[in-house]
Amino acid sequence: MITTTKRRDIKGAFLEGATLTSALLIIAIIVIILFVIIKGGKGTLNWDFITKFPENGMTEGGIFPAIYGTALLVIIMSIAAVPFGTITAIYLTEYAKENSLIAKTIRFAIRTLAVVPSIIFGLFGLGFFIQFVGVGMDKAFLGGALKWGQPNILWASLTMALLTLPVVIVSVEEALRTIPRDLREASLALGATKWQTIRKVVIPGSFSGIMTGTILAVSRGAGEVAPILFTGAAYYIAQLPHSLSDQFMVLGYHVYIMSTQSANVDKTLPIQFATTLVLLILTFSLNLTAIIIRYRIRRKAVR
Amino acid sequence: MIKNPFKKYTTGNSSGINGTRNDQKHAINRKRFRLSDFLAERVIKGVAFMSITIIILIFVFVFREAFPIFHSQKKEAVKTTEVTKNEQASGELKPESYGSTEELKPETYGTPAEELKPESYGPPVEELKPETYGEPVEELNKPASSESNTTTEAKPEQYGVDTSKDSTVANYTNESTEETVAEAPKTPVDENRQALKTLNSQTWQPVSDDPRYGLWPLIIGTLKVTLISILFAAPLAILAALYTSVFANKKIREFIKPAIELLAGIPSVVIGFFALMILASFLQNLFGYDTRLNSFVGGIAMALAAIPIIYTIAEDALTSVPKTYYEASLALGASKWQTAFFVILPAATPGIFAAILLGIGRVFGETMIALMATGNAAMMGINPFESVRTLSATIGAEMAEVVFGDTHYSVLFLIGALLFVFTFSLNAIAEFYVKGKLMKRIQGK
Repeated sequence: MITTTKRRDIKGAFLEGATLTSALLIIAIIVIILFVIIKGGKGTLNWDFITKFPENGMTEGGIFPAIYGTALLVIIMSIAAVPFGTITAIYLTEYAKENSLIAKTIRFAIRTLAVVPSIIFGLFGLGFFIQFVGVGMDKAFLGGALKWGQPNILWASLTMALLTLPVVIVSVEEALRTIPRDLREASLALGATKWQTIRKVVIPGSFSGIMTGTILAVSRGAGEVAPILFTGAAYYIAQLPHSLSDQFMVLGYHVYIMSTQSANVDKTLPIQFATTLVLLILTFSLNLTAIIIRYRIRRKAVR
Repeated sequence: MIKNPFKKYTTGNSSGINGTRNDQKHAINRKRFRLSDFLAERVIKGVAFMSITIIILIFVFVFREAFPIFHSQKKEAVKTTEVTKNEQASGELKPESYGSTEELKPETYGTPAEELKPESYGPPVEELKPETYGEPVEELNKPASSESNTTTEAKPEQYGVDTSKDSTVANYTNESTEETVAEAPKTPVDENRQALKTLNSQTWQPVSDDPRYGLWPLIIGTLKVTLISILFAAPLAILAALYTSVFANKKIREFIKPAIELLAGIPSVVIGFFALMILASFLQNLFGYDTRLNSFVGGIAMALAAIPIIYTIAEDALTSVPKTYYEASLALGASKWQTAFFVILPAATPGIFAAILLGIGRVFGETMIALMATGNAAMMGINPFESVRTLSATIGAEMAEVVFGDTHYSVLFLIGALLFVFTFSLNAIAEFYVKGKLMKRIQGK
């Protein structure tokens, strides 16, 4: 009798230990990735690296155009994704009935958007934005001159906006749900219409949620490469993009192309590590900010 | 943050209520407000429908570009029937088909070839293209197309028209004599037909004299990588989820959960880079296999991408198991680990199943890690230490070099369509089947 309980205890300790080990292993993996990339990149990463153009066939110099391109990409992307995401979230929380068919369908569509592989968005960007909208615009306005019917920063950003739309929607919706019902009802009781309530009570109250959504979307958009592989990212461009119809360089694509396609991978290894480090710092700090804001929102909601 | 948000309205309303003689004005006021309300609701509703529209558009456009592959045979059939028909009626038919491309036609006839060329660079090439079928303009068109080859951007449109605007093509075959049909650029159609035949073969060799588009090595490669990464990711993520939801105290939980969420924030290209530079060499030293980049390395790297997804959803499922289950089990004398493994885990199975499904979806469609860490050689074997090429990596690697609109392009879109359908159905299963089951189980039916 005693031995069986003992054996059971050992089994229990073993299983519990297994769960703890897996949790720790995951954390360890994160730490190792961070450590390796920081170690590899910190020697090269300095101010010049961030502010200079690539030199000598990309074997020297900095990554300024890639940083600039990434920034431009996420800005245009946010301009497209955040309003649409916010409005969709408002519809889902304020207007749609929870179990109506419409709301269910929209939710399903959003979740599908969230799990569709990013390369499919790339294909869609190519097939829809470039081949359909772009070529159509060229035909309609430019009499066939090739301007929009090719990969450029606008199409890449819009493709990325589709990819990040669910991120925005989910964050904003979560924030909207934390706004107490009382506030809305008080507003309605004072004679405000529904739209006034949304405009003056709901949206200001969900501002932090919109922020989180934007930050998460930006972080996702800055890191994704697959959707822009053939909708606008370029290997090397001598000048910065100055119109929406230009191609551009991006950090993630830069990492990919330098580590797999460039002529002498070994020679540029420090640059690759440093570029990865920049990308990682960017996405990590953004994510961390979002997690902190979200944590605060949740605490506020509980209180 | 919300300091008296109704200042404007309270004053406006009260004046309306106070001044009863201003009843009319008040009514107008109210109506105007209602209008804005109405408009707002309409706009919001319209925008909300966009997500559905996007899904439908993705369906339509990915399939549209993949369509020519299947279409080739039908078109052949149309062509032959039309040709036989027009043997008698070609004369009358001509004027009709001219009408469809009015703008360019006159020029083609009136001016010498050299002067036409510049115009055929852009989309006009498109309008010109059909003419190749029937008219002597053929010679005109050829230099144009060969030049547009060099510009690379104009060429796609040529092919695109050939395949998508089949109605005009059919039209033009009406006027064509047998001879011109025979020597007209039938190649894309032919290629498409051949491609369709080779889809089932065992070699993926799109760029060669005898292109073969066998999907099987790609599918097997993808499945191999997916299997490896799920075998690695699922137990790890689920056990970790069990730890944070049952065993860990609050403080540890609030450290581990965001940390794993951070892993989700690492871009896949960074994970791919890590796998390519460090993990690959490390695992090679450890296991001593030959090819440095193979499905095993790719699988492990993709597991890193799948872990946060599986973890988050599994954790949600585990924490949504009613607390009464836990307490009842403890009250019956079970220990904590027994409760965790024999009560809570089984109760959350549907949710965990959904988590694994979504993890599979993520790995299946992962592109950057596959491109960087799997070696990208389309091989058929089942040895995990061989290089593979996944479906999504194939799209990512080859789409940039492909000519828009030709067979290879369509095959890549076909692969995309396959991926889309697969992940879509995985998500649908996770959504409807699993959720329904979970609800039933928790409600004790």
